[in-house]
Amino acid sequence: MSAKHEPNAQQIKDEQLYRQMGMTDEEFERAVGMLGRLPNYTETGLFSALWSEHCSYKSSKPVLRKFPTDGPRVLQGPGEGAGIVDIGDNQAAVFKMESHNSPSAIEPFIGAATGAGGVLRDVFSMGARPVALVNSLRFGDLSDARDRYLFEEAVAGIASYGNAIGIPTIAGEVQFDNCYSKRPLVNAMAVGLLNHEDIQKGIASGVGNSVMYAGATTGRDGIHGATMSSSEVSIDKEGELPVMQAGDPFLEKLVMEACLELVKSDALIGIQDMGAAGLTSSAAEMASKAGYGVELNLDLVPQREEGMTAYEMMLSESQERMLIVVKKGREQEVTDLFAKYNIEAVTIGKVTDDKMLRLLHKGEVVAEVSADALAEDAPVYHKKSEEPAYFREFQAMEMTEPVVTDLNETLKDLLQRPTIASKEWVYNQFDTQARSNTIVAPGSSAGVIRVSGTNKGLAMTSDCNSRFVYLDPETGGKIAVAEAARNLICSGAEPIAITDCLNFGSADKPEVFWQLEKSADGISDACRKLNAPVISGNVSLSNEVNGVPIYPTPTIGMVGLVHDLSQVTTTEFKRAGDVIYVIGEASLDFGGSELQQMMEGKIFGQAPAIDLEVEAARQKELLTAIQAGLVQSATDLSEGGFAVALCEKAFGTEGLGAGVTVSGSAVTALFSETQSRFLVTVKEENAADFEKTVADAIKIGVVTDSNRIVINGENGMLIDGTVDELRSAWKGAIQCLLNSEA
Amino acid sequence: MKFAILVFPGSGCDIDMFHAVNTVLGNKAEYIWHTEANLDGYDAVLIPSGASYGDYLRPGALAQSSQAIESLKAFAATGKPVLGVGNGFQILAEAGLLPGAFLRNKGLKFRSGKTKLTVLNTESTFTSDYENGQEITIPFAHEFGNYYVDEKTAAELESTNRIVFTYADGNADGSTADIAGVLNETGNVLGMMPLPERAVEEIIGGTDGLPLFNSILKRWSENNVSQA
Repeated sequence: MSAKHEPNAQQIKDEQLYRQMGMTDEEFERAVGMLGRLPNYTETGLFSALWSEHCSYKSSKPVLRKFPTDGPRVLQGPGEGAGIVDIGDNQAAVFKMESHNSPSAIEPFIGAATGAGGVLRDVFSMGARPVALVNSLRFGDLSDARDRYLFEEAVAGIASYGNAIGIPTIAGEVQFDNCYSKRPLVNAMAVGLLNHEDIQKGIASGVGNSVMYAGATTGRDGIHGATMSSSEVSIDKEGELPVMQAGDPFLEKLVMEACLELVKSDALIGIQDMGAAGLTSSAAEMASKAGYGVELNLDLVPQREEGMTAYEMMLSESQERMLIVVKKGREQEVTDLFAKYNIEAVTIGKVTDDKMLRLLHKGEVVAEVSADALAEDAPVYHKKSEEPAYFREFQAMEMTEPVVTDLNETLKDLLQRPTIASKEWVYNQFDTQARSNTIVAPGSSAGVIRVSGTNKGLAMTSDCNSRFVYLDPETGGKIAVAEAARNLICSGAEPIAITDCLNFGSADKPEVFWQLEKSADGISDACRKLNAPVISGNVSLSNEVNGVPIYPTPTIGMVGLVHDLSQVTTTEFKRAGDVIYVIGEASLDFGGSELQQMMEGKIFGQAPAIDLEVEAARQKELLTAIQAGLVQSATDLSEGGFAVALCEKAFGTEGLGAGVTVSGSAVTALFSETQSRFLVTVKEENAADFEKTVADAIKIGVVTDSNRIVINGENGMLIDGTVDELRSAWKGAIQCLLNSEA
Repeated sequence: MKFAILVFPGSGCDIDMFHAVNTVLGNKAEYIWHTEANLDGYDAVLIPSGASYGDYLRPGALAQSSQAIESLKAFAATGKPVLGVGNGFQILAEAGLLPGAFLRNKGLKFRSGKTKLTVLNTESTFTSDYENGQEITIPFAHEFGNYYVDEKTAAELESTNRIVFTYADGNADGSTADIAGVLNETGNVLGMMPLPERAVEEIIGGTDGLPLFNSILKRWSENNVSQA
């Protein structure tokens, strides 16, 4: 649409055209009140984009305020591109997780790839070199052709971006449930490292300083992406969807190298990625944060298409673009620096003192809006919250143990559930070793990288069992954090902070908002108890298909510090003769379990209970034991319970098996998903010291060289299978499902 | 001994090479940006993996038309060692310094992991520290790792002992004659898809790549004994 054909301010109001941009009547009135006049078409676009949930967190802000965000290590909490935590020796870890759910539901390859690209820019815009990628993925259960397509393409998309840019993907998780059918979740997390003095912020300060634009040209792609991502996918109306923004990892690699060179220069004032809502959000946020204004001449914006309007340029979400503020007079240096990488960097405006975002186009002022009004003063909603009927029903249920007739068959079936099965098919497509610092690649509890030049490591994981969150959001929220921490502990790391991606249905539904509130309560409690503050995050609402919300999925990305690389511990058995311990006893916890879903085709009842005191104590004791060198291998018990975890420990090492004896009812002992439990192996000579360190450790058997998994119960043998047979079921399951025709 | 690491836009694994030579081997490697490709004064050139020029057109195709390749050809003609790994091998093939071309992996997907290789030629500049027939484990990460030469070329490579490494565990990507690494006619240019620079430390990917670098260093010391 050319500017001439844009509706005028009166038409926008009279015909309520702002509604097409996702603004409500009240929001439009609010914008009018702030401006003191009717906004024109471009200005309406600015408001609608920055006041979208994706940019403003208007519905989730009151919930996000619950999170603990402070701690002795926190150098930068939520509010910047990414959070920063101190890791000692003048270094810091920088990380952030972000969703790219809506684009991935439409164009999974491009959507997932640009997700990885965007979160990497968030990290390097802080001045940090990205060193690892993590991803958290959710898909329908692979019986549907569309879901298989979404899964295959999203994985390939992530691989294409991370591999080409040369950053290893070292951890992640994939879960499958029909609640994600046609509405996948693609959450990407990037972790970077920097020296304290290189920390950058997205600020535009100092009157007269220059605003520069660097990176890809601006096109008509992704216009109103931020608004779109805050709405549900209507699968009947795919024809109406906007042009998706596509990523170019090659360009990003060049932009990244140039930016990392730029952060060493004292010409730089501030830098920010043009992410969601592109030029609008970066300019308004940088000005608002610094308490200044920004004036841009849009004629100077590098454009890839002819005749673009101010509206289109401001709302474009073309990828691989950065907004940079540099000291006046130093522009040429910056242009030259970028030119080395064949990247265009041009001055498009200046910092002003009037706190306005002013846009000039073809000699006219086409928009003039207070930067604070756009960025800081977005509306905040206290949405209606209501406990859903299902919750009361589930809480009142009396839980009984599932009736299992063939324990061996059930174990094999569980190992082939895609959520439990080996994710090799996924992570073999990722370059996990690039940069030569990967100590533990995907397939163990957490990924671990070496902090280059030191003997320290960073461990990272992402976790969320959304079935538990659905059954009981508060408990499920606690479990998500606790499980992430368990995975780090089992790798020999001390958890230091989290990032999150809150994937929910529409917050306009009181039951969904209640899920959001309750899970945030649970997350907050667990973060406090486990000393892991929230330093960054992302909210993705309206994850619904045809009005049905997904299970609430607050994905937790957690980073831990390995103080000495010799303490890194992995899942698999190390040698025959080692003693096997389970930490914590099983109780009747089948609500939301993989066994329940597999047998009943649905989940119901109560989520497993979690006592954060017990959780914290066991984690602390186990970490102490690991750091003291007492532990050979460690893993937590999660989906599928004890028997699955024992098998996974055997799968990682050729020729080893296990012989153990468990107590209590067989089905509960083998398959219950009771929380705060671990499986650990210890050298015999360390057994006494280990038992002294970990109070709740129960000796159950030994690692054998028999290539068999043998689990005895109180009344005889429960499980007896060869490791090879069980492993091949577990290893091949996902490939097998993808090959099936349905 | 002084190594040059030739860096093209998008060569992401230059850092792996740098780490292997400087940090682990304690030798000296310098990055050479493709536009500044004066290779005088270097004793060996390393072409790292990654996705030079975003793998656009074909992996290695755009890099081979860079100015740096002229310097590289001149350097190779002097007989000094040139090692290209992963994307570096693809660049060498595109530049005509090594025979063959690359197809997409047989399984059509990017694959990464570790692979077993058999060392077939221990006479070369790059392999004298290995045992003949030795089986080694080296990481790999590629989407176009399916090396192709016609039958006649394959036979010639074999008869002239230019196939240095073959895949020993199934050749999953489909390379002709299981070829994983190949020499030029004069034996001073080696291209291989697996990444030996990622196998120089026990804590990362094992140490089976170390003998390759040690072989280069040893040959250089022998040739430069008078200067030592």
